[in-house]
Amino acid sequence: MDIVIENLTKKYGAQRAVDNISFKVKTGEILGFLGPNGAGKTTTMKMITNYISVGEGEINIGGNSIKKDPDELKKHIGYLPENNPLYHEMPVIDYLEFCASLQGVEKSKIQERIREMVIKCGLNAEKHKKIAELSKGYRQRVGLAQAMIHDPEILILDEPTTGLDPNQIVEIRKLIRDLGKEKTVILSTHILPEVEATCDRILIINRGKIVADGTSETLRAQAQGQEVLKIKIEDAESSEIESALKNLDSVEKVKSLSEKGAFEIESKSGSSSKRAVFESCVKNKWVLTEMIPYETKLEDIFRNLTVN
Amino acid sequence: MNAIWIISKRELQSFFDSLIAYIMLVAFLGFSGFFTWLYGQDIFLIGQTSLRGFFSIAYWTLFFFIPALTMRLLAEEKKTGTIELLLTKAVSDREVVLGKFLATLLLICIALVFTIPYVITLSNIGNLDLGATICGYLGLVMMSITYIGIGIYASSITNNQIVAFLLALFIGLFFHIIFDVLAPNFTGWLGEIFVFMSLSTHFESISRGVLDTKDIIYFLSLGAVGILLVELSLAKRNLNS
Repeated sequence: MDIVIENLTKKYGAQRAVDNISFKVKTGEILGFLGPNGAGKTTTMKMITNYISVGEGEINIGGNSIKKDPDELKKHIGYLPENNPLYHEMPVIDYLEFCASLQGVEKSKIQERIREMVIKCGLNAEKHKKIAELSKGYRQRVGLAQAMIHDPEILILDEPTTGLDPNQIVEIRKLIRDLGKEKTVILSTHILPEVEATCDRILIINRGKIVADGTSETLRAQAQGQEVLKIKIEDAESSEIESALKNLDSVEKVKSLSEKGAFEIESKSGSSSKRAVFESCVKNKWVLTEMIPYETKLEDIFRNLTVN
Repeated sequence: MNAIWIISKRELQSFFDSLIAYIMLVAFLGFSGFFTWLYGQDIFLIGQTSLRGFFSIAYWTLFFFIPALTMRLLAEEKKTGTIELLLTKAVSDREVVLGKFLATLLLICIALVFTIPYVITLSNIGNLDLGATICGYLGLVMMSITYIGIGIYASSITNNQIVAFLLALFIGLFFHIIFDVLAPNFTGWLGEIFVFMSLSTHFESISRGVLDTKDIIYFLSLGAVGILLVELSLAKRNLNS
């Protein structure tokens, strides 16, 4: 099921929590939803899951407007809200059964679904405990299990890996990636490496508006513009190297670093100086010991787009 | 309909898991049994085979117990955020409210069922007016419907259970006694409105054995207004987060 969002706006009083955003998520795609606190991520997710009503604009799920038959559409959505609220007094199994029956899973299949979720989310040892007795990581797993119990076509996960230990994070990411092959997944997070590790596409929003949309590679390419290399050359005087580098056609700027023989080279936009640097080293019989391309980190992109 | 039942089953379960149900049952049966059989205007003092005494005791005990049952229904869900989880499942707001309503009503009915031995005992002692007794029970159920409506509404407008409890008692007090007290002080239409709004007037007439649709409509419509107000206050989430 596709999710198509058109000109979505939600106002709280005079403040626009979500301001005229449009995007599309296809089946089999995992969309990473990024943004600083209060950017409108959670509000958008709440609208998709029908917790709050759509302000202006339209959300279509599988071709049907969410305004028309919300209760029917909700059956196809699995939702893990922010802060993972759960009924603490209930045992894990009972809770999953409650969620399954509310989501309209057939009675005969409920037990089977619960068994599958318990195994998938690694809850086997804890399944008879009350939720209040579980650690935060296990509660997070219960939250994920309840979101997936009815095998929904759409998964909306608001910060799914908070509170998990590194091993669990790897497991949950793998689980999400596996699920994402056949389902439509939107996940929000603050953890940037997580987006790169799990998501096919990244959407960055700030102050209710979309500021970037694309894969991590395309975002990088957009943000980067010029190639920056760090190189280190031995067996030569620094000044000699610097002037040789400056004479290369593709080089725009050369900066000498404090380390002996180390330089930072900025290439002219659209060109690469890697080959030229190597060839000039060969010609001069210098030893090239380091050449590191500086990648624009997702953190930098995020900061550039969201710091006002 | 199915969803309503699933929700009320869970609520009922949680009444029993959290001991609230047991405390309520013991206290209700203790109070009403004590005053019906042992103390004050009890059956042996009056010397009549009638459950009128029990009904007027239950009229007060339910008034206090129902807010205690309803106070956590929505206030707790709002506080812990589980309301978001519940409302994003394939259920409508109304089904959630009705499910919680039904669970509370069922618990009250369970409590009332435990008093059936009173009926059996009395009808063995003498000539019990069965019609009036059934009407009395019906009156209690009807009154519960009204107070559960008020209680859930109070629970829906706050995150704090104590506030919900006190608010439900405060609103309930008007119907329970204040309108009744005010009514004689006013003449004409205002007095009549107070008489009509007073819950005790309607309860009295039912428990005396007079079954009037006007009374039934009164109780049911107050309960329905309660449910509608709860839906409205749940819908408020669309206005601010």
